[in-house]
Amino acid sequence: MTPRPVFFRKLSNHLLNLLALGSICAALGGMGWILCTVIQKGAPVLSWEFLTAPSKPYGEPGAGVGNALLGTLLMTLGATLLAVPPALAGGIYLAEFGKNSRLADLLRFCANVLMGLPSILVGLFVYAMLVVTTGHFSGMAGTVALAIIMFPVIMRTTEDMLLMVPDALRESALALGMSRMRATLCIVARSARNGLATGILLSLARVSGETAPLLFTALFADTWPGGFFTEPTASAPVLITEYTTNSPFESMHAMGWGTALIMAAFILIINIATRCIFHENKH
Amino acid sequence: MHKRDTIFCAICKAGAFVSLLLMVGIFAQLLIHSADAWKHFGISFLWGVDWDPAMDIYGALPSILGTLFSTVLSLALAIPLAFAVALLITESPEWLKRPLSQCVDLLAAIPSVIYGMWGLFVLVPLMQDYVQPFLADTLGIIHLPGGAWLLGEDGVGSGFGFLTAGVILALMILPYMSAVMRDVFRMTPPVLRESAYGLGCTRLETTRDIVLRYGIRGIIGGIFIGMGRALGETMAVLFVIGNMMECPAGLFSCGSTIATTLANNFAEATGLQQSALFALGLVLLLMSFSIQLITRYYLALTSTRRGENA
Repeated sequence: MTPRPVFFRKLSNHLLNLLALGSICAALGGMGWILCTVIQKGAPVLSWEFLTAPSKPYGEPGAGVGNALLGTLLMTLGATLLAVPPALAGGIYLAEFGKNSRLADLLRFCANVLMGLPSILVGLFVYAMLVVTTGHFSGMAGTVALAIIMFPVIMRTTEDMLLMVPDALRESALALGMSRMRATLCIVARSARNGLATGILLSLARVSGETAPLLFTALFADTWPGGFFTEPTASAPVLITEYTTNSPFESMHAMGWGTALIMAAFILIINIATRCIFHENKH
Repeated sequence: MHKRDTIFCAICKAGAFVSLLLMVGIFAQLLIHSADAWKHFGISFLWGVDWDPAMDIYGALPSILGTLFSTVLSLALAIPLAFAVALLITESPEWLKRPLSQCVDLLAAIPSVIYGMWGLFVLVPLMQDYVQPFLADTLGIIHLPGGAWLLGEDGVGSGFGFLTAGVILALMILPYMSAVMRDVFRMTPPVLRESAYGLGCTRLETTRDIVLRYGIRGIIGGIFIGMGRALGETMAVLFVIGNMMECPAGLFSCGSTIATTLANNFAEATGLQQSALFALGLVLLLMSFSIQLITRYYLALTSTRRGENA
């Protein structure tokens, strides 16, 4: 074996350390830079009127983004209501009943594929399902699209969280004469409830920022969300897209930044808060 | 089993079946709605280069190549970054591990539309004024043989284009990849690593010869996860890629990906164009599906291995 000079071994090792340090600086620096830009450009436009007035075409005074924020809130909450019950049931099936059967493996695989699916394809699917058949773009279609994105994420986290519950707990519940249903709902799901809540909240935060599936389902409108089932509904991410790509005006860009700031704050607060709370409870 | 249990199990099963239904439904809907395009253009739709709504001629090649090119670029940038980040996090002291990994995870939480906006207003001017002139003239890549081909026709960019999209995508897929790699690194039995250090290996040698070999399949799985993300990302790319229906001609050239073509044209499209867009969607679905298959294969390999060691 040929000897390797210590100098070069040490040198390459130092280079690796440097690369690692540089990479984490690039990653965190990139995030910091993005957040700083959003705060710096978004903060000046924030005002009560900005938050509560509906959006208006360029040039009209008193414009805000209230309708888009309300639309996003409605669609996200609607999607959560739609997605959570079947997703929890599905997760319970995978963890408690299906286990490693071939059927469960197939369903698990489907959920994984759905999780990795580009969100714009979900938009296409919902367009074909709901917009073509009902004949109009609607907030409802957007809600369904967001629910489809949430569903596999919650289903898989539910399964993972239930699997983390020790089997002894299940066995003691069953030994006390409980039915599987009671044992699952009252004992297993209860001891995993922090994890379940985290999963639901994180996926809620994620879909509230989704844009692509809303582009051809909910579309955009300068009105308050009125006809949820029949009319296009405004949402914050689509508003940002409209105001930054389709408009040459500085004031509209500024409003886009303001909306981005509100969205980023909302999403980061949910993320950080759930992580902290869950972390504390785990110990 | 109680009678109630049977019902409960059936309800849960129904919930789980929604995933199968959705997947089959998406495949079926895209197939049905793209039938016209396949009938009209046949399989040659895949390598048609024209996209001309006025003449009603549509070809998928520019979008497909654009998707592949931006994905490859972002992976080339993100793989070393994600690897180094994962390495640093696993090797850092206990109290620093958690905050660091959570911060990196937060990168994944920022909505893609904010990435896109930042890219459009901050990164694009930066690329135009500094990075592109630096690469082309200061480093002189443009004068090297093949340099003009690499950078695009004349080597001066508008700031938009594939390189900008690649940089943003790299930042977006980094947390997903480094999370998987982190798990793989943690999986390496400490005994193996400690023995390597005991023999006098440096950190680089331990990583290269022990950790990497032990977890190579998991790392490949992580790379494919990032690839799946980069393939289908719409908004961030839409803002910075320039949106031209042309085949990629270099790092600084503008183009489009399948996802951005869909986002740009779908709302106004009717008839054959809409069908062609559905066909593009089907192509993207097949790409992301096959990547998922590969990912699952590699990650399943590592998890059986983990099972053996547990």
